[in-house]
Amino acid sequence: MISFKLNGKPVRTTVPEATPLLEVLAHDFQMNGCKFGCGKSQCSACLVMVDGNPVRSCMAPLSAVAGRSVTTLEGLMNGDKPSRLQQAFIDEQAAQCGYCTSGMIVQAQALLDRNPKPSDAEVRTALDGNLCRCGAHNRIVRAVLRAAQGA
Amino acid sequence: MTLKINPTRRDFLQSTGYLTLAFAIPLEDALSQGTPVSAKPRLAGDLNSTRTLSAWLRVNANQTVTLMVGKVELGQGILTAVSQICADELDIDLQRIQLISGDTALVPNEGVTAGSFSMPYCATAVQQASAEVRAILLQLAADKLKQPTASLSVKDGLIQSTSGAQIAYWDLVVGEALNREATGLVKFKPASEYRYIGRPVQRIDLTPKMLGQSMFLQEHRPAGMLFGHIVRPPTYQAKLLSVNLALAQRMPGVVKVVRNGSFLGIVAKREGQALAAAKALTATAKWKVEKVLPGDDGIFDWLRKTPPNKIIQTKVQPRVGGPVPAKTMQATYYRPYHMHASIGTSSAMATLGEDGVMLIQTHSQSVFETALAISKMLGMAPDKVRCQHMQGSGCYGHNLADDAAADAALLAAAVPGKTVRLQYTREQEHLWEPYGSAMVIQTQAGLDEQGNVLDWDLQLWSTPHGTRPSGEPGNLLSARYLAKPFAMPLPVNAGGPNYAADRNAIALYDFPGHKVLTHFITEMPLRASSTRGLGAYANVFAIESFIDELAVAAQVDPVEYRLRYLKDERAREALVKAAEKFGWASWRKTEGRGRGIGFARYKNIAGYCAVAMEVEVNRQTGRIRVIRAVASSDTGQVVNPDGVMNQIEGGMIQSLSWSLKEEVKFDDTKVLSSDWNSYPILTFSEVPPIDVVLIDRPGSPFLGTGEASQGPTSAALANAVFDATGVRFRRLPLTPERVKEGLGKA
Repeated sequence: MISFKLNGKPVRTTVPEATPLLEVLAHDFQMNGCKFGCGKSQCSACLVMVDGNPVRSCMAPLSAVAGRSVTTLEGLMNGDKPSRLQQAFIDEQAAQCGYCTSGMIVQAQALLDRNPKPSDAEVRTALDGNLCRCGAHNRIVRAVLRAAQGA
Repeated sequence: MTLKINPTRRDFLQSTGYLTLAFAIPLEDALSQGTPVSAKPRLAGDLNSTRTLSAWLRVNANQTVTLMVGKVELGQGILTAVSQICADELDIDLQRIQLISGDTALVPNEGVTAGSFSMPYCATAVQQASAEVRAILLQLAADKLKQPTASLSVKDGLIQSTSGAQIAYWDLVVGEALNREATGLVKFKPASEYRYIGRPVQRIDLTPKMLGQSMFLQEHRPAGMLFGHIVRPPTYQAKLLSVNLALAQRMPGVVKVVRNGSFLGIVAKREGQALAAAKALTATAKWKVEKVLPGDDGIFDWLRKTPPNKIIQTKVQPRVGGPVPAKTMQATYYRPYHMHASIGTSSAMATLGEDGVMLIQTHSQSVFETALAISKMLGMAPDKVRCQHMQGSGCYGHNLADDAAADAALLAAAVPGKTVRLQYTREQEHLWEPYGSAMVIQTQAGLDEQGNVLDWDLQLWSTPHGTRPSGEPGNLLSARYLAKPFAMPLPVNAGGPNYAADRNAIALYDFPGHKVLTHFITEMPLRASSTRGLGAYANVFAIESFIDELAVAAQVDPVEYRLRYLKDERAREALVKAAEKFGWASWRKTEGRGRGIGFARYKNIAGYCAVAMEVEVNRQTGRIRVIRAVASSDTGQVVNPDGVMNQIEGGMIQSLSWSLKEEVKFDDTKVLSSDWNSYPILTFSEVPPIDVVLIDRPGSPFLGTGEASQGPTSAALANAVFDATGVRFRRLPLTPERVKEGLGKA
């Protein structure tokens, strides 16, 4: 039995503790805000926050979050409203297919939490481990900067 | 704004309610798919093949309109664009539109969503159909209100007469009124009356994705769903000799182990259990493996030496009379294999229902033809396989989406009544997708004393660019490995006006003599198929690099040199606009920096695009930094300016990634590029600032835009690197190692 907080709520599961966190979040807790991209910690489509730090959930075992607090894209919402950062992504139309988007938003939120006014270069550096294939990079950077300006 | 897309999709999965809707396509249309319609007047876009209005549009009593389209959303924004058009021509608010897209039982068969055809074929059809439905509804209202149609106006579906009488679309008894063929005679609104067309309307599917609401195929989880994984052979040609199935069958959660010839699959209760069992199968499987590949270093020699299946005279225009060339220049350009490299691996869900229908949810670009191919593979009647499109990760062409659909169906057939979802591993996606073909392109120009082109010759060598399912099971990977295998049909090279390997091989420039020869090689060392732009990317790279070489040799500005041969006014404007936006005339060269430009009209019939860029080259490391890039785009009437900019900019970034970094590596046995470390793509820090200038042409045809910028970008890059270093790079990608080596030799 592993207990942890998921988006602020305490949860428990009897799934074997070596199971990848991504599978547990997607399968057992029906989360959409973490996607399978590579299973090798290379693309960050599966990114979530664990105690506020970005973690690639595809390789992290469930046991790694025992007693900790996990936040997915869903957990960034302000109640039923988009967060400032999510709204900035909407305003900038910062995606094409949107498959990488949840990992982008989670990574950017982690950046803004530790650096509320990042420069363009700092945003790019923070997102270098998040792969986008459609070429929405500049829109994504603009969205993060827009959210930072509104803070 | 929320707009319902496939609002009842989950209901489709869970209930049989759709059956009553399955007759939305009148029989006459179903029949006319196979019969020539040439005797009838030519209608706009795909309205020509699916001519009945009710196949496209329904007016619902709940104050909504259902729009049914065969084209599908790939992240390119097509569903938003067609909704804008429908809302404007039908005079309704965008929010009233309910879209059904890519369900083989419900929508017009619009073939494949590819080739930048969705705007010219689907959007054009939707525009005409919407205008005609509006006219029919107005006539019904005129009869009902006993008012002349000329006295009627519409606002958000409410029809009002100048007399004050009014009735809404939804209150009209539409009955059979839309069960008629379009006439092609109804005029569109004037552009000045559009509320949505020409405006940057937000994408209807993006907000849910940004909030974590279910939108992707991977996020649908019907109760009792099982998970599939498959085992691929170690190489393309390998044959399965033996495997321990019983071992896998005993593993936790395993519901079924499937072996059919060299096809191996697992169905289990959880994703991880299916994967673990698949790994166990892999560990015990013995294969017969052959070493047959030329390797990535040998591929270009292989292309030049392998007897082509066909030599195609793509263009023959001998020069008549005139002088003997004073000088001849020649160059050869190389493009390696590229991946689609979707961020999400391909996925599908399949269920063999009690009604004997194999229902497949897929992110395929070709739901109709893939359904047909799968039905043949499974030995089922064509109407017993139904594909429903759901969004997946962007595909950029024919990736593994269709194979995932086929594999999910093979597994689902083994567990009737159960839904099986399959999503490939990253290795499977990288190793087994059909790549964009490697190509060799040789150009030669005969020049006069001043360096003007007299004769232009281009020859290209390529393997196929189109091996989509096309209704043929042999085009599905796993079908080739079954106990009774399906042979792959011989690929063909599509002819004009779109072409395939030779797409954009005919330069748009008006040269006195102009020849293009295509060496089409059907043998495929690596599996290859349609990758964004097909041959256009490499052909434009070669043409636009070579014309830059000619301009340099003639000591003429490369923009001015191109304009000498560019007769098409829209092409000239696109080129000039990009140069102006870049600041071409006022640009001053500094140490280590260079500028370059590239231009093409995609397929010579679609969108115009010119790209200019500035680069800095580090001579010590060979590293290229793209300082900035600009583009111009003329795609006819712009429906969604933000959507067009997103496509042009995204295409440029993807092309920079191809051109700077990407090459599929392989040895004599197998592909070696198995993940993002061994096949790196462009990252945020490497992406330059990009400016896009739109040239809007209200009232002119939609040209499509998704594949316009890739070719011009690659050439602008190589031309800028030449300008910066004085060294011409003709082999893609321009990696630091290759640039450093090239600079060292110079």
